[in-house]
Amino acid sequence: MNTQVNIAGVTLKNPVMTGSGTFGSGMEYGEFVDLNRLGAVVTKGVANVPWPGNPAPRVAEVYGGMLNAIGLQNPGIEVFMERDIPFLKQYDTRIIVNVCGKTVEDYLEVVEKLGDEPAVAMLEINVSCPNVKEGAIAFGQKADALYRITEEIKKKARQPIIMKLSPNVTDITEMARAAEAAGADALSLINTITGMKIDIHRRRFALANKTGGMSGPAIKPVAVRMVYQAAHAVQIPVIGMGGIATAEDAIEFILAGATAVSVGAMNFVDPYTTVKVVEGIEDYMRTYHVENITDLIGAVE
Amino acid sequence: MKEKTMAQVISQQEIAPRIYDLWLKTSLAAQARPGQFIGVYPKNAGTLLPRPISICEINAEKTALRIVYRIAGQGTAEFSALKPGDQAAVLGILGNGFPLEAGKGKRCFLMGGGIGVPPILQLAKELEGDKSVILGYRDSSLFLKEDFEQYARVYVATEDGSRGTKGNVMDAIAENALEADVIYACGPLPMLRAIKQYAAHCGIKAYISLEEHMACGVGACLGCVVKTKEVDPHSHVHNARICTDGPVFDAEEVEI
Repeated sequence: MNTQVNIAGVTLKNPVMTGSGTFGSGMEYGEFVDLNRLGAVVTKGVANVPWPGNPAPRVAEVYGGMLNAIGLQNPGIEVFMERDIPFLKQYDTRIIVNVCGKTVEDYLEVVEKLGDEPAVAMLEINVSCPNVKEGAIAFGQKADALYRITEEIKKKARQPIIMKLSPNVTDITEMARAAEAAGADALSLINTITGMKIDIHRRRFALANKTGGMSGPAIKPVAVRMVYQAAHAVQIPVIGMGGIATAEDAIEFILAGATAVSVGAMNFVDPYTTVKVVEGIEDYMRTYHVENITDLIGAVE
Repeated sequence: MKEKTMAQVISQQEIAPRIYDLWLKTSLAAQARPGQFIGVYPKNAGTLLPRPISICEINAEKTALRIVYRIAGQGTAEFSALKPGDQAAVLGILGNGFPLEAGKGKRCFLMGGGIGVPPILQLAKELEGDKSVILGYRDSSLFLKEDFEQYARVYVATEDGSRGTKGNVMDAIAENALEADVIYACGPLPMLRAIKQYAAHCGIKAYISLEEHMACGVGACLGCVVKTKEVDPHSHVHNARICTDGPVFDAEEVEI
């Protein structure tokens, strides 16, 4: 049985990764799961300088999921390279760093610094966070803007780049094609879906930011549909995510066309989810006599 | 080592309107300290996240935890129906807890307001100092008062004046002319702000337990932050995580 997948020349021992922002840099969840079991750890978004993020409350539960408006709080690339990367290097898993910025220059600064770190296998470019006022999603909701930033980053990047797409667009295939045309090595989707919750007793927004990104099992059907559409619109690999709670969910994304998958908000619900998904995929492959996991990619009929 | 595990309900009763007293048999008790908390999971798939609830008491054998919580929504409403023998998934042990050494041999205030009363009970049991417990309630529906009386002098304040001092915990301190070298407190934000100010005025230490909506409870999601006076050594911004850097903070170090 072979669970290996390949994304832009990078081999992952299995297709299970972590959703950016839901796993820190692995330190907190290393207490619960063996990080060596994961195909890759995708870090929390990191910018060129520390970002304080949004005021609290930053999270709210909704039916079958949650809203967050963290606002990409991060310690900045310098601390990240001194602390988080050495931590992750101890493990036999691929390191994928999520990169965020307010301007193209911010992104490029981070991308160039990470270029000096061979332990970083790939970069995931966050052009889809709905919770910051500048940058991020501003680059991810218009195809021409996405094309331009992808092209700029591709010129400087020394690792393959994954463009992380927002679901908050009219046509996901247009965005997927724009990123591919600009040289993206892979796509990941979906980021969170913009939502809102109102506390009717206090007549206030549940989040200080008013809106937040929805994640969790309730968004999975939307995510599967978008992964299917994107995967059929481009030739580059697609990493699928959005509400994955079980191996069955992960298989669904793979059948829809995903080469790899990420476990996101469910880490908060069950900190063992990632490894359970890894093991469950193996069980599925045994049950259905699947020799290579790659045989399942896009295999829905 | 944190873990998500199954706990078994030993007993549960409503001790004041919408306030429930739940004893859980759980391996998490072995490592528990006063001021720490656990995440309790609802079974309903619509409510996914663990509910952060402070530890009220740890039994002598360290095999069971007592949590006293108020029904605040669907999750806690579901917990209130738990019966002896039922199972509940729990995550823990979470948070840092109260620093016991700071008050050792000193005059200490242990202050709790409303649903902030339960987290200081185990502290009252373990703290070795001259303890004055000051409890604030809305009205005459007091809870846990007798439990505290086993370990310390207890003063009560009620908003409606039906029991003890009329007013809040600060009024109770004034009315009884109490003094302390160290304060430990848990309660609503206005109470904690008043305590922070009082401690600064008196030049004494105050350790306050904060709460905020949280998702993971283990420091990963960055949902439950509090503004800090100095740059936090982990986040490298003026934000600390209540779930892991707290919930107990030196009042001087947080901007509330």
